[in-house]
Amino acid sequence: MSLLSRASGRTLGRVPGRGRVNTRRPVRFTFDGRSFEGFEGDTLASALLANGVHLMGRSFKYHRPRGPISAGSDEPNAVVAVGSGPALQTPNLVATQVEVYDGLTAQSQNRFPCLQFDMGAVNNLASPLIPSGFYYKTFMWPRNFWTKVYEPIIRRSAGLGVAPTAPDPDHYAFQYTFCDVLVAGGGPAGLAAALTAAKAGAEVMLADETAEFGGSLLFDRASRIDGLPASEWVERTVAELKKLPNVRMFTRTTVFNYGPHNMVALNERLTDHLSAPNPATPRERLWQVRAKQVVIASGAIERPLVFEGNDRPGVMLASAAQTYLNRYGVACGRRAVIATADDSAYRVALDLLEAGVKIAAIVDIRPKPDSELFRKAKAAGITVLTNSTVQRAHGSQRIHSVELAPVLPGGDVGEGKNHRCDLLLMAGGWTPSLHLFSQSKGKVVYNAELDTYLPGESAQAERSTGSCRGLYDLGEVLADGLKAGVAAAKDAGFEGEVDLPLWEVTSDAIGRGGFTGALPRRGKGLTAMAFVDYQNDVTAKDVKLAVREGFRSIEHIKRYTTTGMATDQGKTSNLNALGIASSALGRPKQQIGLTTFRAPYTPVTFGAFSGHERGDLFDPDRRTPIDPWARSKGAVFEDVSLWRRARYFPQPGEDMDAAVARECLAVRKSVGIFDATTLGKIEVVGPDAAEFMNRMYVNGWTKLGVGKCRYGLMCRENGFVYDDGVVGRIAKDRFHVTTTTGGAAGVLNMMEDYLQTEWQDLNVWLTSTSEEWAVIAVQGPKAREVLAPLVDGLDISHATMPHMSVVEGTIGGIPMRLFRVSFSGELGFEVNVPPSRALEVWERIWEAGKPYDMTPYGTETMHVLRAEKGYIIVGQETDGTATPADAGCGWAVSKLKKDFVGKRSLALPAMQDPDRYQLVGLYTEAPQEVLEEGAQLVASPNEVIPMNKIGHVTSSYHSATLGRSIALAMVSGGRARMGQTLYVPMEDKVIPVTVTSPVFYDAEGARLNV
Amino acid sequence: MLLIRCPYCGERAEVEFSNGGEAHIDRPRDPMSLTDEEWAQFLYMRDNPKGLIAERWRHAHGCNRFFNAIRDTRTDRFVVTYEIGQPRPEVTPEQAAEAAR
Ligand SMILES: [Zn+2]
Repeated sequence: MSLLSRASGRTLGRVPGRGRVNTRRPVRFTFDGRSFEGFEGDTLASALLANGVHLMGRSFKYHRPRGPISAGSDEPNAVVAVGSGPALQTPNLVATQVEVYDGLTAQSQNRFPCLQFDMGAVNNLASPLIPSGFYYKTFMWPRNFWTKVYEPIIRRSAGLGVAPTAPDPDHYAFQYTFCDVLVAGGGPAGLAAALTAAKAGAEVMLADETAEFGGSLLFDRASRIDGLPASEWVERTVAELKKLPNVRMFTRTTVFNYGPHNMVALNERLTDHLSAPNPATPRERLWQVRAKQVVIASGAIERPLVFEGNDRPGVMLASAAQTYLNRYGVACGRRAVIATADDSAYRVALDLLEAGVKIAAIVDIRPKPDSELFRKAKAAGITVLTNSTVQRAHGSQRIHSVELAPVLPGGDVGEGKNHRCDLLLMAGGWTPSLHLFSQSKGKVVYNAELDTYLPGESAQAERSTGSCRGLYDLGEVLADGLKAGVAAAKDAGFEGEVDLPLWEVTSDAIGRGGFTGALPRRGKGLTAMAFVDYQNDVTAKDVKLAVREGFRSIEHIKRYTTTGMATDQGKTSNLNALGIASSALGRPKQQIGLTTFRAPYTPVTFGAFSGHERGDLFDPDRRTPIDPWARSKGAVFEDVSLWRRARYFPQPGEDMDAAVARECLAVRKSVGIFDATTLGKIEVVGPDAAEFMNRMYVNGWTKLGVGKCRYGLMCRENGFVYDDGVVGRIAKDRFHVTTTTGGAAGVLNMMEDYLQTEWQDLNVWLTSTSEEWAVIAVQGPKAREVLAPLVDGLDISHATMPHMSVVEGTIGGIPMRLFRVSFSGELGFEVNVPPSRALEVWERIWEAGKPYDMTPYGTETMHVLRAEKGYIIVGQETDGTATPADAGCGWAVSKLKKDFVGKRSLALPAMQDPDRYQLVGLYTEAPQEVLEEGAQLVASPNEVIPMNKIGHVTSSYHSATLGRSIALAMVSGGRARMGQTLYVPMEDKVIPVTVTSPVFYDAEGARLNV
Repeated sequence: MLLIRCPYCGERAEVEFSNGGEAHIDRPRDPMSLTDEEWAQFLYMRDNPKGLIAERWRHAHGCNRFFNAIRDTRTDRFVVTYEIGQPRPEVTPEQAAEAAR
């Protein structure tokens, strides 16, 4: 082992004069702590391969040594973590996509203690014990072993990377945008489509997941377009596109989700490839694009071949080796064997040969391959074995030889011969990339000629072009791209004539080829490790076993074996799994079908999804204009619906109970000040405003005089209480409606619903004024004395302004609506002023209140004061099943009105049931015992479980005013139970309580009318 | 995310809208004259078709107006959106087939 790794570690694979990396810009990076040199433009994989390193990871289940098989986003093996530290490490990136920069640190994953020597590899020896479905079979018994023993072991040994533990210091952006034509993929077809769509006048977005546009043309040395090498044609075309003002171009941007109605998601990676990014630049930007038309130019992925040892480091796809050579200038080995079912591999052989790589042999599974490339390879002196297969690849951390064997007539495999090599390339033909098409809900169709699935009829406004729809000849691909661009622009409304470029294309003629399933082999191979899905460690025999055990549907086989379920979403494995299942089931592939492709196409960071919505912006709270004052007075806050509200104002040494007791007594004895700004407010205006109010609320409004207020109660059509609040009549045709803090939006919605859809005969306008009025409540016997000097001569005496009245005026010159209302049971006013002036008014009142020892109080005291008076809170006493009568508000329901929302339902027999839950008060036997809100009530202390519940506690407080505890409750037939003793069963005791009236304080309301 | 055509504002993203349930269920003019069964029918019974449904939408973060739409519940394709008060438009077999596609 040490000999091999030392030897390979010193062998530089860089080929002078080849590749697009910038050899004048070397960069240093580390992998597993070891320092390496690469060049600007390298990926982590290409730079490591240049240093002779193939071993980059350990496999998921068996911990087998693995190297990269691809050079792109389809890579299943070379999964690494980049960055270091608890916050900055990003796990599960593929080395074939990570771009190197100076100072990059990367680590291999899923190994212990190190990549070269991994304890978990014992799983490999135990592999016969870990067949498909092993999760389901092995660990079922004993039951409690699962969480205690099996799961922790499995989680440690089978898994991917480690999630970062500290908050992500990077920031992420999010943007919606629109375009006429979105082109997904910047290879030859995508470039051609973008160009013609743009020339037709369409607004075009073009995205490619790699650092450069060009796709396959970046590693194609054979083709000429207009006499230019393909890569130069790419540069020319990209330059032309960049000049067009109606084209937006994105590299390092993955189109990862195709949603309904042509909403497509892109993830743009902005800084990951930079060693010193500008901190102001977001790391990634998530784009949500509504495209009129989408052109899918996602290309095709080369298929691996399935044979024993096809996962050994040094085994890779032929196109990958070609990419490493021609795009990155890296020879992945010195002596290669190429196993193929496709003509394109012969071009790879010629490219490698030209770069000085020895070709030990080409083995072609096809009986009689014949093409110009085949003949060229023969002419170059390459040994070609036709009608032959790979029996087995040898080597552990790097391949050293491979047994090639003839396929005999009848399909058996004969004795083979070992060929020495350090690189084994696989070319199983091409799999069109159908992920985006499938996500768009298009149905894929099996094509017998190509032996693969292709896009069928479109379900959305999209079209596929190029190799993702089975075209592999460059001339055809470019022509198809041009056509797709014109057609997409036309469907987006750009009908004009386009001057189509006439490109002269010369390229290799590629004949028929491709193979799916497992290669033929000698012997049954029951212990052979021939991998179908590399990332999930699923072998050919796992798929066969699933079929033998009775699985028929490909979706079930997928779940049982986990093939195609990992982060690579079966990019390289789907068709081979299908081929194996097909022969095991004895059914043609088209009758089996493909599994669903799930988004995202490649993994997307959580940061990109959350964007700016984190920390303070995750769930922003609404704050009142009084909030800074409350903070300066040391208020403790609580969240009430979207608002942040002051809960109490503790003085030094006080806990909540002490502060609330002091605040309550201050209001009862003198005066308190309370921020009620969060109340919802709706202005109901128009000639039919009163009639509208009559229909919406249970109360009658016709007789309410101008300048008067009324407690309004609103039901839904089902008769249950929905909202409540005081309503003031400002003018004959104008009502100032208040709602609960949380109910404002819902009430307005319900009002609009009836007004727009049921009562179009009414001439009424509704306006949300919640943000137009700040509300300062001044409550207590001294409230009038505090306010009277401030209200610019307004007469607010009891005679002129009795309880439940409203007047417009000014306070220190600031416009004001002054309500005389009370939610405390004391003399009270609510000063409504514009929020921009509210703090000023608040401070003026605060100054004026000082001689009266005015006390600021919060929501907790507000709750206690209203409970002492038996005032309900909708949503606390009521729960969506309480009628007005149940909640003790039957008095508010008009008997005179013919109709209002909820009236018919209130007449249903069930609503008259005397056993309905009704609002009552409760006294505990022990006056200092405070019940728990939500506690259940039963009739007898000796109830046996399951107890017969007859009610529950809805509000419960210690009342400083009364010197004892009080509680409100909803109790079955409660009003007929006055004086009865009920019981509250708790975990450690049973608390006896007495049923009483819900009004504990000033039942006759004398304190309100002063 | 769906793209929904508000009859007053034009095409907008789904996040601007809230769904208001089945359309063309008129509130009875004189509810008190209905039997309990008739009232319950109005109040609670709704169709749940696999296919075309006429439903209410509100452009909540836009013009704030209610309108009606015909949508295929299987595909989320809209056939048409139209103003409150208009009768349910006829859907041609071609339109229905397109929506079901
Ligand atoms: Zn609108």
